[in-house]
Amino acid sequence: MDNKILEVQNLKKIYHDKNGEVLSLDDISFSVNNHEFISIVGPSGCGKSTILGILSNILDYSGGVIKFSKENPKIGYMLQEDALLEWKTVLDNCLLGLELNNKLNKESKQKVIKLLEKYGLKEFINSYPKSLSGGMRQRVALIRTLAIDPDILLLDEPFSALDYQTRLNLSNEVYKIIKEEGKTAIMVTHDIAEAISMSDRIIVLTKRPSKIKKIHNIILENKNIPTENRKDHKFVDFYETIWKELDSHV
Amino acid sequence: MYSVEHKKYLKELKKEKFIINFFKIFIIVFLLTLWEVLAHYNIINTFLMSSPSKIITTTIDLFKNYNLVSHIIVTSYETILSFTISTIIGIVIASIFWANQTIAKIFDPYLTVLNSLPKVSLGPLIIIWMGANTSSIILMAILIEVFTTIISLYNAFIKTDYYKIMLFKSLNATKFKIFTKLVFRGNLPTLTNTLKINISLSLIGVIMGELLVSKKGLGYLINFGSQTFNLNLVITSIFILGIISYVFYMIIDRLNKKI
Repeated sequence: MDNKILEVQNLKKIYHDKNGEVLSLDDISFSVNNHEFISIVGPSGCGKSTILGILSNILDYSGGVIKFSKENPKIGYMLQEDALLEWKTVLDNCLLGLELNNKLNKESKQKVIKLLEKYGLKEFINSYPKSLSGGMRQRVALIRTLAIDPDILLLDEPFSALDYQTRLNLSNEVYKIIKEEGKTAIMVTHDIAEAISMSDRIIVLTKRPSKIKKIHNIILENKNIPTENRKDHKFVDFYETIWKELDSHV
Repeated sequence: MYSVEHKKYLKELKKEKFIINFFKIFIIVFLLTLWEVLAHYNIINTFLMSSPSKIITTTIDLFKNYNLVSHIIVTSYETILSFTISTIIGIVIASIFWANQTIAKIFDPYLTVLNSLPKVSLGPLIIIWMGANTSSIILMAILIEVFTTIISLYNAFIKTDYYKIMLFKSLNATKFKIFTKLVFRGNLPTLTNTLKINISLSLIGVIMGELLVSKKGLGYLINFGSQTFNLNLVITSIFILGIISYVFYMIIDRLNKKI
């Protein structure tokens, strides 16, 4: 069926400091298909974010193989904090990736402007980040991530800094945007409900040293937008299963 | 259009602003008048304390007969030159330290010692090495401010937001671009704040240097005045110095607000 765009095999990561070494990831293997939305959940401090750091080339790894189907894949990394630059306008913030990679031209700029307009940020194009609300800022951060036209999106607890209401709304929006733009995404979260409501598959990690405990195929009766998915009959079952898996301290 | 409460609020704001501006001016007028009156009735010794009117006559006299403008120019020139040089050196070294934190760690104790050392104590040495001329004055001023510049800029550089650095790295930014487009750009407010401190440190260094060696400048006038027991001259020079430093400060402040 779907073609694989990423394969991770036996990934291992050891953190070193002068007091010793910590095995953070141990034998992590999974693959990602095109257009798939995958979530990684696990106990806090288990190294979920480390996986994204490694995939985005910021961190090195101690063992294993990472294979992208495409050479030099473009990776969009959306961090826990929006990290918007206060001295740049919304538009210029979104153009950052293009600017840094010398790909900024009229055409690419126009594309980003279209994205901003399409996703309700038109009137804020020339505003500065400090005049935006938390949810808006995170939306800008997503557009910034999409601006480089990534082959795969990495989302690191993208909603954790937001209040509950905004969180639900934004997860709908982000979901829609990702689907509409036809992107593949890996999201790290500690929120089980969020993971189930958004994902096609969920990877459950154990405590450190993290191994993969289980990978769930999230098949709901009626796949819909995240807030609707939360009302699905199967939703509760998945929730209970994953909750137990995380809870049993193994 | 506005509610009554809002009008009241605006009125309060206006009132407060008026009070601040009024007292700003009142204090200086009051003190100068008091000074003048005390001097006029010989309650204070004008030989030691001078008086506002004497400061004015001395200023005019200096202007006419002693080429005051050239003294002001010399002091300003030395200040601006040392300020510029040490700012550039400070930025360069702080950037190198940021780029290579091993170097920063190696030089850390030296920097701490040099920063806390009272630079005046180097005065006699500098004069012997460089001679009693403008270059010793400028070196003095540079030594006074350059270490603080390095330390405060470096500390600001390394405190650049972790997530922003991660973001730049994830966008494949080179270290050079991370520096220019994030670390340096993001710390421009820190830089201008440092500049504000630097301009006064420059002036301190220059005056100190001029007190020690020069034949020109306001520091020289102060020194000359004290040696000839012409305290009018000393106090007048200090007044002019105050005005100069205020002007410099305001220029940098303007710059700061533009960013």
